[in-house]
Amino acid sequence: MELRNITKSFGDKKVLDKVNLNVKEGSAIVILGPSGCGKSTLLRCINGLEKTDDGELVFNNIKYGDEKTNWRNIRGQIGMVFQSYELYPHMNVLDNLLLSPTKVQKRDKNEVKEMAISLLKRVGLDDRLKSYPHQLSGGQKQRIAIVRALCMNPKLMLFDEVTASIDPEMVYEVLQVIRDLKNEGMTMIIVTHEMGFAKSASDHVIFMDSGNIVEQSSPNDFFSNPKEERTKQFLNKFLHL
Amino acid sequence: MNLNVDYMISIIPLMTSAATYTIKITVLGVFFSFLIGIAGNIVYYYKIPFLSGFFKGYTEISRNTPIIAQLFFLFFGLPQVGITLSGFVCGVIALSFLGGSYMVEALRSGIESVSKIQKESGFALALSKTQILVYIILPQALRTSLQGLFANVIFLLRESSLIGAIAVPELMHVARSEISMFFRTEEVLLMLTFYYIILIAPISIFFTFLEKRLRYAR
Repeated sequence: MELRNITKSFGDKKVLDKVNLNVKEGSAIVILGPSGCGKSTLLRCINGLEKTDDGELVFNNIKYGDEKTNWRNIRGQIGMVFQSYELYPHMNVLDNLLLSPTKVQKRDKNEVKEMAISLLKRVGLDDRLKSYPHQLSGGQKQRIAIVRALCMNPKLMLFDEVTASIDPEMVYEVLQVIRDLKNEGMTMIIVTHEMGFAKSASDHVIFMDSGNIVEQSSPNDFFSNPKEERTKQFLNKFLHL
Repeated sequence: MNLNVDYMISIIPLMTSAATYTIKITVLGVFFSFLIGIAGNIVYYYKIPFLSGFFKGYTEISRNTPIIAQLFFLFFGLPQVGITLSGFVCGVIALSFLGGSYMVEALRSGIESVSKIQKESGFALALSKTQILVYIILPQALRTSLQGLFANVIFLLRESSLIGAIAVPELMHVARSEISMFFRTEEVLLMLTFYYIILIAPISIFFTFLEKRLRYAR
């Protein structure tokens, strides 16, 4: 996945200013930054929830993002998980998982169901097949939302502050799922505020501010030896919590 | 008050056939109103340019004119230009024309209550706009709109009592002519009330049942 000079404005406000990013297959990239720095918008541009004003998106060596883009095809290959889970409240867990694979990818229901159950087992929720979202905790809902995205067999996963509205105690179980995915070689872009997670589970850390990438380096360098003044400022605030 | 029970019993067949007429006209009216409601919302959802304006205009006219005026236009006005419709057809059209705009609005509030990000999660999972409408928005919207839809059904049933103005044998019209013939006002009004309650009660029970069935969502 590659982003070249991605630019995006809302009205007069430039939220992304010529952002370049290269995500190698199988790597996990964490994007950090203060609220409103454009990190969520960046994720949303990648799967077309926001249209870019300028720049190029490249996925699997194919350029996309212009008028002719078949977004549904792209989205079938790029999974996204939201902060607020967004499970469909009127469907049980199984139906949540089956909807897109059967209706969009036209896959066999039993095949998807088998896959769904084995994925649910791995996140420890295979006993929740018939539960409705309102019967689940935030952490459980988020793990289901991740499984829902995985059922599409994505090649890239986007995580948008997926632990931000979950009980602190439940955050671990969600992060563990993401960590497992990384170990299996899933390519991921993760927007988060979990510094510990960024440090231990990512291959590359990006720090954004005001629509620009301020600094990027390995997690070790980033946390122990930040180069930019703005990065130091940002990290200092977390040290003093 | 001295009620003549024998008389009340004697008008049961008459009132029952009038009630059947009321049911027929209301069921058809509700059915077509609901179709208009769905159609209007599909037009709004896809932002179809010309039709969106059409539905806005229609809503204004329909909500701001009395059903009597609409009825008279259909029943007395149209024959002037060579279109003659039966009282029954006029009743169904007038009721649907009136109810349609109410159904559009009731459904629209439900559709708008589904959050933008819920739709986005559908897009992110590669669903098409139509699939999002069918599988995600409508099931949730119908649940939210249920109260409004219920109120509209009751509203249309009550409005059907005005269709008697063009001399079709619905409940109100039959009751009124019965009163003017035999002057048994109390008995007839009592029976009339009783019949409307009998008509409304099952609708109320049905919607309460629906609400309970659908409550699992939130």
